[in-house]
Amino acid sequence: MANLVEVRNLKVEAVTDAGRVVTIIDDVSFDIADGEIVALIGESGSGKTTIALTLMGYARPGCRISDGSVRLGDHDMARLGESECARIRGVEVAYIPQSAAAAFNPAHTIMDQVIEVARIHRLMPLKDARAKAVELFKALALPHPETIGDRYPHQVSGGQLQRLAAAMALIGDPKLVIFDEPTTALDVTTQIEVLRAFKSVMQGKKIAGVYVSHDLAVVAQMADRIIVLKSGKIQEAGATEQIIKRPIHPYTKALISAVEPALFAGLDAKEEEAKAALIEVNNLYAGYGGFLDNGLPRFLTVKHVDLRVPAGHNLGIIGESGCGKSTLARAIAGLLPAVTGNILLEGKALAPDARHRNREQLRKVQIVFQSADTALNPAKSVSEILERPLVFYHGMARKDRIKRVDELLDMVQLPRGLGNRRPSELSGGQKQRVNFARALAADPKLILCDEITSALDTVVAAAIIDLLKELQRELGLSYIFISHDLSTVRAICDDVAVMYAGEKVEQTSPDRIGQAGGHPYSRLLFDSVPKLDTGWLDSLKQDAALIEAYAVR
Amino acid sequence: MTTDALTASRRISYRFNKVGLVSLAVILAWALVAIFAPLLAPFPIGKIVNFEFFAPMSAKFWMGTDYLGRDMLSRVLLGARYTVGTSLAAVTFACFMGVALGMTAAVLGGWIDTVMSRLMDALISIPSKLFGLVVVAGLGSSIPVLILTLGVIYTPGCYRFARALAVNINAMDYVTVARARGEGLGYLIRAEILPNITGPVLADFGLRFVFIVLLLSGLSFLGLGVQPPYADWGALVRENLGGLPLAAPAVIFPSLAIATLTISVNLLIDNLPRKIRDQGV
Repeated sequence: MANLVEVRNLKVEAVTDAGRVVTIIDDVSFDIADGEIVALIGESGSGKTTIALTLMGYARPGCRISDGSVRLGDHDMARLGESECARIRGVEVAYIPQSAAAAFNPAHTIMDQVIEVARIHRLMPLKDARAKAVELFKALALPHPETIGDRYPHQVSGGQLQRLAAAMALIGDPKLVIFDEPTTALDVTTQIEVLRAFKSVMQGKKIAGVYVSHDLAVVAQMADRIIVLKSGKIQEAGATEQIIKRPIHPYTKALISAVEPALFAGLDAKEEEAKAALIEVNNLYAGYGGFLDNGLPRFLTVKHVDLRVPAGHNLGIIGESGCGKSTLARAIAGLLPAVTGNILLEGKALAPDARHRNREQLRKVQIVFQSADTALNPAKSVSEILERPLVFYHGMARKDRIKRVDELLDMVQLPRGLGNRRPSELSGGQKQRVNFARALAADPKLILCDEITSALDTVVAAAIIDLLKELQRELGLSYIFISHDLSTVRAICDDVAVMYAGEKVEQTSPDRIGQAGGHPYSRLLFDSVPKLDTGWLDSLKQDAALIEAYAVR
Repeated sequence: MTTDALTASRRISYRFNKVGLVSLAVILAWALVAIFAPLLAPFPIGKIVNFEFFAPMSAKFWMGTDYLGRDMLSRVLLGARYTVGTSLAAVTFACFMGVALGMTAAVLGGWIDTVMSRLMDALISIPSKLFGLVVVAGLGSSIPVLILTLGVIYTPGCYRFARALAVNINAMDYVTVARARGEGLGYLIRAEILPNITGPVLADFGLRFVFIVLLLSGLSFLGLGVQPPYADWGALVRENLGGLPLAAPAVIFPSLAIATLTISVNLLIDNLPRKIRDQGV
């Protein structure tokens, strides 16, 4: 037996709500050698997690391994019963979930949960298990390895929790570890530490791994081989170097080109137009949670922010979670009234609260949210959703509305027949287009885009960005584009503001961001974005003082 | 053309299962009885038609006679009018008030929400039977007073239920988008929130209908409900309680009527078509 894992002709079927049987994994075969890390990469719904779970002999509710074999060591996981699988799980194969925060029980200390595997399988005395856990904490570069186990899950940061989840998986000395998008929910500066820790432990212990991700750049750092999946089928498999440098399959090529979109060329806005500011924000303070005695909110999330967006220009706002970028958008839209500071639209002051703004002011500034799932009313059809702003702002008659809805659907490149559907009958990308069309229906001057591509797959997100650019050319819109993803912002904005802890630390053009002479935090952020290069993580040198100062560990 | 077909199929494809269908039939039957009771009743409701009291079932008196020798069938049929009609009016009142206020509180939030919620809590803390007793004792028993009393008693429950649902919907981005658009309270409630809570609210409507039927029957049993010679089902049970040792059908049939109606409503709600149940949260 040459390989640790041999998957042959795997087929997984699922039963839909309507009772139909659909094949979600079709004829998948691959091997994993001892100590090798294989990445499964693909978009949402491509079956990458489903395949990874079959390695533990597990199929999600409603799914069934219907054909093929999943051999792990001496066992065929596809044939074993539940109790036999349970004996193998944790000892021979272990799992690290996407959200460690949801995987830890908040009522128990971390140590109790990390050594649980040893206790359940009676691997070693608990005292030895604790000592081993501390060793693992050290190997994973966790701070205070001796005492961190005594804390509760909410007392450590997200990046630490993810590493602790790895310790939990490694305590039983598994031969195979499954990583299910373990860094997707983390900020880029945190992600680096976690990836480094994972990599050094896996190499040190010579454990084989399956790394499930949608992010090619991250995978390039971790994996020896990459398997590209689409709709439950293998599209291409090969060594990491070959896949990212010389992809063969057109789908792989599309994935790779979506990772690093071209820089935004900028618009040929006329000079005199550019001088007039469309929106200007001066000395803005905003926050949540009631007011303190000094008149400021308890949680002040935006401090002293100045912005200026000339008509026809795009401003990107970038920062990590909790930096106040979404609060800023809400303050501009008037959803969260700013405490102090001015917001000027075309030179005229806007009331802090949307309720005190007039309809014309409201019409000119539209906001589009990240999650199209919650931004579209599930009880209404697409045309009803799009018609409302037409009635509300323009008082359009029914006949004109129908015509306009068709035009709007054309604009966002959706088929006209979609108007009768409900949001639940659309795909994620289609929903986001409808979400955007609703903002366009108002004929706005400025659209606040709050992480609108973050929930989408890379290829779909790239298409949305192209759409935004095209609409801007046609309609002369301006965007304030909020994102945590530097490459998306660079693809659409001709000015980028970097936010940290509620303050704008720097505003510069996208090609200069992260260059020498810029703000140190921008540099850190820029350096932390994974590159499509297998040696990037190992060769990355970061200023320890900088990380100490800015990275939220 | 195809899209028309799609919308059409969406409208008619409510599929009931067997239990749901039977329950629906029973409820519809009682509703029809309530509407056409005077036409169906073989004898005038207050007229003594037989000298034998607590008579057994016979070809002339299908459900026997009551403690005065009046025809039970006629009395049960007309009783449906009072029971179903009063309860329906009361539950409609309670649900309308509760849901409207609940959504308003959820959307407005802040001190308005707090004040309204505490007022409702205060109302909830009064035992329902006691409240009914006091009102009826003070104002006398008439159908409008009964409807209002029952409605007020069940408004806080509807309010709490609707508010809890609406608070969840209120946090959705589409409500935020509507706010950013500048929509007023009326639109937010009517167009954004209500369509997404109708499923659970309808289920709650049915359950509360049952509670009200039982409470009304309870009040009538205590002699505070519909006054003689008219009687709802609860009053019929009480009047004929003396027939119990005699195995008189006069006490069995009104009890059966209450049971069939309430159980059917419960079963119907449990077996509502998926399309209706899943609408909303």
